[in-house]
Amino acid sequence: MQKGKASIQFECPPWITAAGSIAGKKEGEGPLGALFDRTKEDDRMGKDNWEEAESYLQKEAAGLAMKKAGLSPQDIRYLFGGDLLGQLIATSFGLMEFEIPLFGLYGACSTMGEAMSLAAMTVGGGFADRCIALASSHFATAEKQFRFPLGYGNQRPYSATWTATGCGAVVIEKEKAAGGKTKGEKMAKITGITTGKIVDFGLKDSMNMGAAMAPAAFHTIWQNFQDFGWDQDHFDRIITGDLGTVGQKILLDLLRKEGYDLRQQHMDCGIELYDGMKQDTHAGGSGCGCSAITLCAMILPKLKTGEWKRVLFVPTGALLSTVSFNEGRSVPGIAHGVILEHIEEEKREWNT
Amino acid sequence: MEINKNAYDAYVKEVTPVNRLWPDVGKAFLTGGLICTLAQGLMNWLTGPMGQEKEAASAWMLILLIGLSILLTGFGLYPKLVKFGGAGALVPITGFANSVVSPAIEYKAEGHVFGVGCKIFTIAGPVILFGVVTSWGLGLIWWIGRVMGS
Repeated sequence: MQKGKASIQFECPPWITAAGSIAGKKEGEGPLGALFDRTKEDDRMGKDNWEEAESYLQKEAAGLAMKKAGLSPQDIRYLFGGDLLGQLIATSFGLMEFEIPLFGLYGACSTMGEAMSLAAMTVGGGFADRCIALASSHFATAEKQFRFPLGYGNQRPYSATWTATGCGAVVIEKEKAAGGKTKGEKMAKITGITTGKIVDFGLKDSMNMGAAMAPAAFHTIWQNFQDFGWDQDHFDRIITGDLGTVGQKILLDLLRKEGYDLRQQHMDCGIELYDGMKQDTHAGGSGCGCSAITLCAMILPKLKTGEWKRVLFVPTGALLSTVSFNEGRSVPGIAHGVILEHIEEEKREWNT
Repeated sequence: MEINKNAYDAYVKEVTPVNRLWPDVGKAFLTGGLICTLAQGLMNWLTGPMGQEKEAASAWMLILLIGLSILLTGFGLYPKLVKFGGAGALVPITGFANSVVSPAIEYKAEGHVFGVGCKIFTIAGPVILFGVVTSWGLGLIWWIGRVMGS
């Protein structure tokens, strides 16, 4: 059902029945390290180059999610996946061998929100029984594409974020998927989405992406409140993707000006993923893998146990390229909201 | 919502943490100074115990510094030095070597011609180009000055 200007409320909320996460060395050493399904000591993943390593992350995360749900690639109707590389090579080379119909997506670091929104719409609308949504990023491929070679010495400003190495994948399916063969768990249900628009406050500093994306996160959260007619108290947590410490402050300030105080509810995956003091990540983590692995490793398990009942998950993306930056364009942002809810136990009739 | 882009820009500048200037200047001075001291030490050794002429010694000294920088880049140590010392590590010739070698290592995966060949000067290229142009301009000024003076 369409809600307000940019939201959907699902009459039959699709369920997330499995989540797979794989992360790199630095992420494994961070505060969430123990929660990932797998962490790799070697960020090259034993491959010849960084791009192949990121493809490996995609393949592994999708495989883990399917394995946990007891599914094989034939059981998945569509894949919704993306990464940060030009022409989505991590996704296409990583997911090729599954031979599952694929929608390749680019939403910068908001891709996980975009993928989950589209997968939920597809399942909720009855066009698929099961889909997988996934997104990856890799520190080395992102540095190479957007900034400098890894061996080049430079000083990152304090507002800079650290691109996370990792991939998170979730299986999204109908409450009672056809065939009833799913062994997956009831991790959470997607009850609605709010799709973000491109928000540009004219900022041009590509090393301060938190500040570039905060207005987009603000707009999506604000739009969600307008469309559904609730406020921050409806949620246990409102979790943005990778605003970092600078972006978080700006988001809270912008919302306060509109009369919403999110200090109790707000979390940011980029801040959660690393120990900023010990790991020298500066403002926090970023990249589409950042929100994807935090979702799979921390947010969904907490929703599953019921520690959190309702979460607004808002991955945030900065829509720039090296070309647009060199040509003097601004850094617009986008953020996609996904409403995740705990599945109450009394619905035992599932999986009959 | 009404947006005043200039006001937002000013607000962002206000909330974004900045580097502390003087400690950074101190670290750059220390790092750059140490690299120069090392170079002078090499010079003394080459012209003294090694018995080299001054010109040959300075060429050997440069080769040794560049070699050292390449090794440190290969082992991933040079970025750590720059992180500490900033321009103190970037301005000496060791920084220039780092800016040439790091793309060579990174783009090796894309092949010897289109990878290393095309991309080795992605960072150092502008330095070389504008260095040559500036030298040319200064040479022209020097030449005009000489013609006018005679």
